[in-house]
Amino acid sequence: MQIQLTVNNTVHRLDVPDSALLVEVLRGQLGLTGTHIGCDTSQCGACVVHVDGRSVKSCTMLAAQADGQEVITIEGLAAGEALHPMQDAFRNCHGLQCGFCTPGMIMSAVELVQRSPGLTEAEVRKGLEGNICRCTGYQNIVKAVLEGASGMNAPAAS
Amino acid sequence: MATEEHTGIGASVLRKEDRRFITGVGRYTDDIQISGQTYAAFARSLWARARIEKLDTQAAAAMPGVIGVLTGTDMAADGLGGLPCGWLVKSKDGSDMQQPEHPPLAHAQLNFVGDAFAIVIADTEKQAQNAARALEQSIEVTELTPIVSLEGAADSAPIHEALSSNVCYDWEIGDKAATQAGFAIADHVIEVELSNNRLIPNAMEPRAAIAEYSTGTDDITIYTTSQNPHLVRLILAAFVQLAPEHKLRVIAPDVGGGFGSKIFVYSEEVSVAWAAKKLRRPVRWTATRSEAFLTDAHGRDHLTKARLALDSKGKFLAMHVATKANLGAYLSTFASSVPTYLYGTLMAGQYATPAIYVEVQGIFTNTCPVDAYRGAGRPEATFVVERLVEVAAHQLRADPAELRRLNFIKPEQFPYETPVALVYDTGNYEASLGKALRHADYEGFKVRKEEAAHRGKLRGIGFSCYIEACGLAPSQLAMNLGAGVGLWESAEIRVNPTGSVAVFTGSHSHGQGHETTFAQVVSNTLGVPFDQVEVVHGDTGRLDFGLGTYGSRSIAVGGSALIRASEKIIAKGKRIAAHLLNASVDEIDFSDGVFSVQASNQSATFAEVAFAAYIPNNVPTDEVEPGLAEKAFYDPENFTYPAGTHICEVEVDPETGKIDIVQFIAVDDFGEVINPMIVEGQVHGGLTQGIGQALFEHGVYDESGQLVTGSYMDYCMPRADDLPSYVVDTTVTPCTHNPLGVKGCGEAGAIGAPAAVVNAVTHATGTKDISMPLHSEKVWRSLQRKRRAA
Ligand code: FES
Ligand code: FES
Repeated sequence: MQIQLTVNNTVHRLDVPDSALLVEVLRGQLGLTGTHIGCDTSQCGACVVHVDGRSVKSCTMLAAQADGQEVITIEGLAAGEALHPMQDAFRNCHGLQCGFCTPGMIMSAVELVQRSPGLTEAEVRKGLEGNICRCTGYQNIVKAVLEGASGMNAPAAS
Repeated sequence: MATEEHTGIGASVLRKEDRRFITGVGRYTDDIQISGQTYAAFARSLWARARIEKLDTQAAAAMPGVIGVLTGTDMAADGLGGLPCGWLVKSKDGSDMQQPEHPPLAHAQLNFVGDAFAIVIADTEKQAQNAARALEQSIEVTELTPIVSLEGAADSAPIHEALSSNVCYDWEIGDKAATQAGFAIADHVIEVELSNNRLIPNAMEPRAAIAEYSTGTDDITIYTTSQNPHLVRLILAAFVQLAPEHKLRVIAPDVGGGFGSKIFVYSEEVSVAWAAKKLRRPVRWTATRSEAFLTDAHGRDHLTKARLALDSKGKFLAMHVATKANLGAYLSTFASSVPTYLYGTLMAGQYATPAIYVEVQGIFTNTCPVDAYRGAGRPEATFVVERLVEVAAHQLRADPAELRRLNFIKPEQFPYETPVALVYDTGNYEASLGKALRHADYEGFKVRKEEAAHRGKLRGIGFSCYIEACGLAPSQLAMNLGAGVGLWESAEIRVNPTGSVAVFTGSHSHGQGHETTFAQVVSNTLGVPFDQVEVVHGDTGRLDFGLGTYGSRSIAVGGSALIRASEKIIAKGKRIAAHLLNASVDEIDFSDGVFSVQASNQSATFAEVAFAAYIPNNVPTDEVEPGLAEKAFYDPENFTYPAGTHICEVEVDPETGKIDIVQFIAVDDFGEVINPMIVEGQVHGGLTQGIGQALFEHGVYDESGQLVTGSYMDYCMPRADDLPSYVVDTTVTPCTHNPLGVKGCGEAGAIGAPAAVVNAVTHATGTKDISMPLHSEKVWRSLQRKRRAA
């Protein structure tokens, strides 16, 4: 079927199988391999992207369901060379090791902070319950999300 | 706080590799696209044990998009060899371990649920999977009685008819008579029965392989999720005999975590490479998470009876440990060594126990093969030792910290030879215990316990004073004990004419951050700016040989090889500098990246010398050849012995059995530390896997051999909201036998944490033992039993 997706601000008209998942189209047809697949039961969060501003497990959504909507993936988060404050925070706080969960973590974290600024550590932990990381033990991820949150809430100049 | 400025050894330098990962441009195996590629799927056994009677592939081959169906019979007909086990363990009676055939694709018998018997190649992944499912339905088999439970497996009929029993080996270490004598004079004997739960590794990136065959050159290139690509190449060439080594290139690009599970050579990469050559098309495969659960080598799975003899003052006299270790259906690549040389040898722990005797039966069952998983043998050993000590403290009404202190090997006793074959070079166990006690405010525990009791909570504190043997391994020693390869590591340093440096290491990074830490080491040693050092790893086409990353060996062995190669660079640089500066070689000093003539103001920078090295006029060609590149191999003299104290404090709700970890402290002695930020991250990750083992994770098979914990719905992974923030600190006794004084840090958390958690919970509940994982129901039941008994 024909669908139209705006991905990272570029409009794509795509011919996709009815059963194609959003993640398959992003990785396969659009070559956006930053979005990962870590499970087959919608539980790991490696595949999280933003669809019309909401974080979505792209392994759980048909590409067809995203027809006409705006998708942001990890590749579209930075404004050119300048990293998004959440990306910066993950690096500064050593919030990643192998990097496989990282794109999904960052996308989840960005939406979490947008939805509820002023999060506590416990709220961050609760909010990341849908993202599994096997490497970091989460401690530095939590730290990164808190630091990223202050970056996002600070005026753009900083 | 991490810094960009100071980049030498000991600085928390931010990681070079991060930028590509946080922007989504990392390159993992499944991200690689090759033109003309086809997709593979595996047909797998639905039975724990069955004889193949008939496999008709015609119907599957005719399904839409299918390009080829290749079976175990086809593979055997092509003369491919089986998957080897790299460590020969001998039984007490001197006989060699029993090794079952392990064909990459089964052709006669299926031995666990998930055992692959055919590979299907198709135009799309779904088409391949559909045809593989069809084969699983159509294969005709005779079901055989599976042996699933470890408990009675040793005495059951052998699962492999060619073997005499299910016992792979019956191994021992230590002095039996001396141990018996210790028990004979004991005032107290403590006994425990322990199970060490089966774990499923779950690196977040599933295993994957892509193979491309070049008809023109007869070369095969394999991209795969490996912790040691050279080992994959060696096994494919020497054992499987897929192609000669020089016709194989194995690349492990970005790898999304391993924890041991990606050390091994599996059916799938062999089959994918074979199929690519046979069909003359690139073939790719990526495991689903379900396949990962079924087939990634599992970890742990022991049943142990252990006894500790003490005198009236609480001094340990002797220890006896008898373990049944589940090896699963086949011997995975290093499976035999894990419950023996990486386990029995660690039973002294941090204690001066004079006599120790350990017996281990390695046992086959119709389950997924079991091999090294983060810690590999050492978490199991620590669990035995530290549970024994905890139960001893409880029964003798001794303070658990004091009882440990009383029995520690003292700083002045190093080097210390244990009764189980290791020589600890250095350590200070009192120091890490003391520091951990201060962090934990041990003095204040009583008050906290009373306060918790007012809230209806049971509060407990648990210790784990662990030791590990890392930096695998002195080659001669390892080979004497049955290892099939030496365990050195290689390094090559190539200095470019402009003075920038490429470092080639046989260690592999899949989260450890070597691109940063190895660059710190070389930048520090050669005085070259950190950003001018590039670390290359994971490609057999770009470096000669290497043994990869496992057993916390990278910095201790791979890092030491870098130092050796750097020393050669400096030595050659001095000759060139002497020539440039008209001095003799022994007049040249080197420090901070500058060669200088002693007692003069003449000098040449590292970059000037590098440039000169490539201009023959500037090189003393009668002494050295042009160019500035050196290789070195480092073979460790001994293992390294990281050790430390972990303290866990919990609150248990007696009404529900729910456990809250209220604080967790880890004080580790890793020797010198290259990058504290990265080391701390490794500890966090290890602790989480250890706490996962203690509280959540359990790989369970039912009696028919079906894996009942085969997804994230049934296998409980630790998540952010299950865990506390850890307090992590270090003490330092530098390793005495490697040039960096480092010991390794990758596994400590997973080794120490399980015992600390279980000890804290049993301390809170006052029950003797609850088997891991400590699900709240089990805790609640044990409290009920205790209540009824009272
Ligand atoms: S891939 Fe695991 S939740 Fe989407
Ligand atoms: S960094 Fe490896 S899974 Fe999170």
